[in-house]
Amino acid sequence: MALAFDEFGRPFIILKEQEQKTRLRGLDAQKANISAGKAVARILRTSLGPKGMDKMLQSPDGDVTITNDGATILEQMDVDNQIAKLMVELSRSQDYEIGDGTTGVVVMAGALLEQAEKLLERGIHPIRIAEGYELASRIAVEHLERIAQKFEFGLSNTESLVQTCMTTLSSKIVNRCKRDLADIAVKAVLAVADLERRDVNLDLIKVEGKVGGKLEETELIYGIIVDKDMSHPQMPKRIEDAKIAILTCPFEPPKPKTKHKVDIDTVEKFQNLRQQEQKYFDDMVQKCKDVGATLVICQWGFDDEANHLLMHRNLPAVRWVGGVELELIAIATGGRIVPRFQELTPEKLGKAGLVREKSFGTTKDRMLYIEHCANSRAVTIFIRGGNKMMIEETKRSIHDALCVARNLIRNNYIVYGGGSAEISCSIAVEAAADRYPGVEQYAIRGFADALDAIPMALAENSGLQPIETLSAVKSQQIKENNPFCGIDCNDAGTNDMREQFVFETLIGKQQQILLATQVVKMILKIDDVISPSDY
Amino acid sequence: MAVERILKDEASEEKGERARMASFVGAMAIADLVKTTLGPKGMDKILQSTGRGHQVTVTNDGATILKSLHIDNPAAKVLVDISKVQDDEVGDGTTSVVVLAGELLREAEKLVAAKIHPMTIISAECARSALLQKVMDNKEDAEKFTSDLMKIAMTTLSSKILSQDKEHFAKLAVDAVMRLKGSTNLEAIQIIKKPGGSLKDSFLDEGFILDKKIGIGQPKRIENAKILVANTAMDTDKVKIYGARVRVDSMSRVAEIEGAEKEKMREKVQKIIAHGINCFVNRQLIYNFPEELFADAGILAIEHADFDGIERLALVTGGEIASTFDNPESVKLGHCKLIEEIMIGKDKLIHFSGVEMGQACTIVLRGASHHVLDEAERSLHDALCVLSQTINDSRVILGGGWPEMVMAKEVDELAHKTPGKKSHAIEAFSRALLAIPTIIADNAGLDSAELISQLRAEHHKEGCTAGIDVIFGSVGDMVELGISESFKVKQAILLSATEATEMILRVDEIITCAPRKREDRM
Repeated sequence: MALAFDEFGRPFIILKEQEQKTRLRGLDAQKANISAGKAVARILRTSLGPKGMDKMLQSPDGDVTITNDGATILEQMDVDNQIAKLMVELSRSQDYEIGDGTTGVVVMAGALLEQAEKLLERGIHPIRIAEGYELASRIAVEHLERIAQKFEFGLSNTESLVQTCMTTLSSKIVNRCKRDLADIAVKAVLAVADLERRDVNLDLIKVEGKVGGKLEETELIYGIIVDKDMSHPQMPKRIEDAKIAILTCPFEPPKPKTKHKVDIDTVEKFQNLRQQEQKYFDDMVQKCKDVGATLVICQWGFDDEANHLLMHRNLPAVRWVGGVELELIAIATGGRIVPRFQELTPEKLGKAGLVREKSFGTTKDRMLYIEHCANSRAVTIFIRGGNKMMIEETKRSIHDALCVARNLIRNNYIVYGGGSAEISCSIAVEAAADRYPGVEQYAIRGFADALDAIPMALAENSGLQPIETLSAVKSQQIKENNPFCGIDCNDAGTNDMREQFVFETLIGKQQQILLATQVVKMILKIDDVISPSDY
Repeated sequence: MAVERILKDEASEEKGERARMASFVGAMAIADLVKTTLGPKGMDKILQSTGRGHQVTVTNDGATILKSLHIDNPAAKVLVDISKVQDDEVGDGTTSVVVLAGELLREAEKLVAAKIHPMTIISAECARSALLQKVMDNKEDAEKFTSDLMKIAMTTLSSKILSQDKEHFAKLAVDAVMRLKGSTNLEAIQIIKKPGGSLKDSFLDEGFILDKKIGIGQPKRIENAKILVANTAMDTDKVKIYGARVRVDSMSRVAEIEGAEKEKMREKVQKIIAHGINCFVNRQLIYNFPEELFADAGILAIEHADFDGIERLALVTGGEIASTFDNPESVKLGHCKLIEEIMIGKDKLIHFSGVEMGQACTIVLRGASHHVLDEAERSLHDALCVLSQTINDSRVILGGGWPEMVMAKEVDELAHKTPGKKSHAIEAFSRALLAIPTIIADNAGLDSAELISQLRAEHHKEGCTAGIDVIFGSVGDMVELGISESFKVKQAILLSATEATEMILRVDEIITCAPRKREDRM
């Protein structure tokens, strides 16, 4: 521990309660950090690729999650170590930005750390390694742009989009019906996409799941599903050409915000009040009726009396609809959310071709379908599956596929998957290394080796001989000058990823390399870890 | 350098083989637990709750057993979950689905031990489920629908406590479901349990029975009743305007207000009476005062009918549930021929007969004890679920292990044709399928090895209809014995069992978070 003394030999206090803290410095700190980062990467390594395995996670409350999505695994892992938390953050930011490749980015970072450890042992200063990595990542990203291919798609020609989504889905448990799900994801994204602005608002795609049935029954609905039923059991279950009033005010007497008291001291007042109250309900229902609404969707509850009045006037209603769903309904039906009854006008009503209630299974599960909406820009993907974990995992997989499709619409450059892009980068970086005169050269070579880790892990997970396969593919790439050779995970008999239709997005791959490099640089720069010791 | 601890203190992590072992063992333990309840000669389990009073449940319903278990093993939880979903979705086969998944895992374990990669097993499994559906889709049988339903009901019930009177109950269930006219809304079927008598005394009532008493001094028998079904406060009508309060300065004022309140209630009652009704059913309480008013007007008033009761009553009598009474001409009233008080055992119930809409009905269960009744209700529920699903999907297959044998045979043939490692996994699937008839035979105390081999020999012929005849302990013709099952149930069992197995097999690492700290209230 650091101790300093003044000229009289008394110790300075540098750290408060120094005895109770553990401290690691210099090379030790770096090595400890690296080993922590590697440990996290090792957990995810087996989940990579189409033959990757899943992880079973048990939450503090005993709920079970089964997944192979990197971001989800790390988020639920109850991580304590600081560096491990950095890796979790890394995966999360990849998830937010790109949505896919969350496993790959962590494995990549782990590989970079492993190489850094070797370089550190040879006495290279961590900052020089970090700089070398930085240079190398720039080379790799530029190289990716060179080998990337623009690919065309349109509203009519979605085949290539579907293929890319299938690549994403093939590593998930849903790979049994990846074709169907990829179709669904692409259709959903195209339905909400703004092709002019090249942007997709994924909030418009709602992913809803219900246990029971089978995965094949998953469907895309051009409309909204709400997990609610009609407020009164005897209201009609099917409304055609619905005009929907979307309300955020309850069917209750108004509650002024200012504090007030109504004092009742005479019988007349009591009776007046009663009549007033009845009139409120009548007026409210009448207003909805007057503007021509045939369905009321309300964010709040109704009073029994209001409920009956609605029923009585043939005005079906849905209550307790959540805020997000309400917004989606408003977008889909082209209606406006109305906060007060007075502001209800016919123009503010939403329109839907068909609203129906559907019941599931043997229990009292009902859901409301709002379909054929005026504005079909909000869609719902409705997932069915054998059990809860399956549904959750399917939701995550669909989310990944949606993100990939969105990224392609934003930027329609692709690189080929199956590790081919990494191998190609690795060759390019290796070749470039010799041009750098300084110590960075070693770091750049280290980076090239780290890039090999991803195809290596892919091969290993697919039950192939990792080193043999990798070296074979690498030599093939150089010999044929063909950057599209990758690992043949599915045993399809060819190494050319163009023939296997394994695509990944260019920005996704670039982001992976950049993010992983950044985090590794950060970890390498730490040379002192001070943490409160527990005991 | 030692690897740093990554996870929190109490969190644990299991990897590779160990993780796989843990999930296999957990899942198989669950499957073995419910295994003995399978089939017509399956045994029951006693469950004692840890709650107050240590309530005891006797059951052989897989979902009920698993729901009550406290399980820590994550893989076991997956199995419990599929059983629950099976219960929600089709209602029956909750035991079979767990047993099948358990057997699949048992076979998978052997394969893993023989150094076959789990992914190979999974990919083989996918190929098989597609095949299975093809095999069973051929069996369409839309004719003789009612008799088929009857057979299905009997098959379902034969494994339950009701097996002694299965014909009686099968008839009850079929009648009840036929009344629903194709809807799967089982809420319309009310089950009332009354201890006393024997199970044979249970009956289906075409009308509707409400487990309530008639108010004192009100007519006990009404013919051609006009019923108003309501959900309204009949105690004191609250003023709903926010912030209203009563402030008075003298006792006389209190009396006045009270009078006004009474007057208000009287008016309300008058309005209700103005509907021209002679029976009034409310979901909420009816206080003495309005009750008295109703009695004066000769109206039968029933209070505190629960929500389901109200909904069913509205469904049965064709009335609407009313909460305001200002325009009597437009409120739809319910009608029935006769309302009377009947006695079942020593309890008085209200019986509505001759109702307009024939959809709902009531099944009154009688039995020696609460446990018997509870189990009877569960069994009947299973039968009702299966029947209502069968009405929607009318495909029917034979029972008694017949479908398993047919599938096993087909799968075996596929295995012979498939080159590569996959064929091992496919064969294993067929073995897992055979395990189900084996367990049924074992549970019945029969020589399973002998029976299954006989059965397999039978099935080698084309168009065989043989299955296990548990009663005589031999191979029998399932068509003659009239043992049928619903296609939908079997399909759901297969799908969820394979899905669950696939999930568990894909896992190579289990990370358990530290249990949430709980305040110890003991």
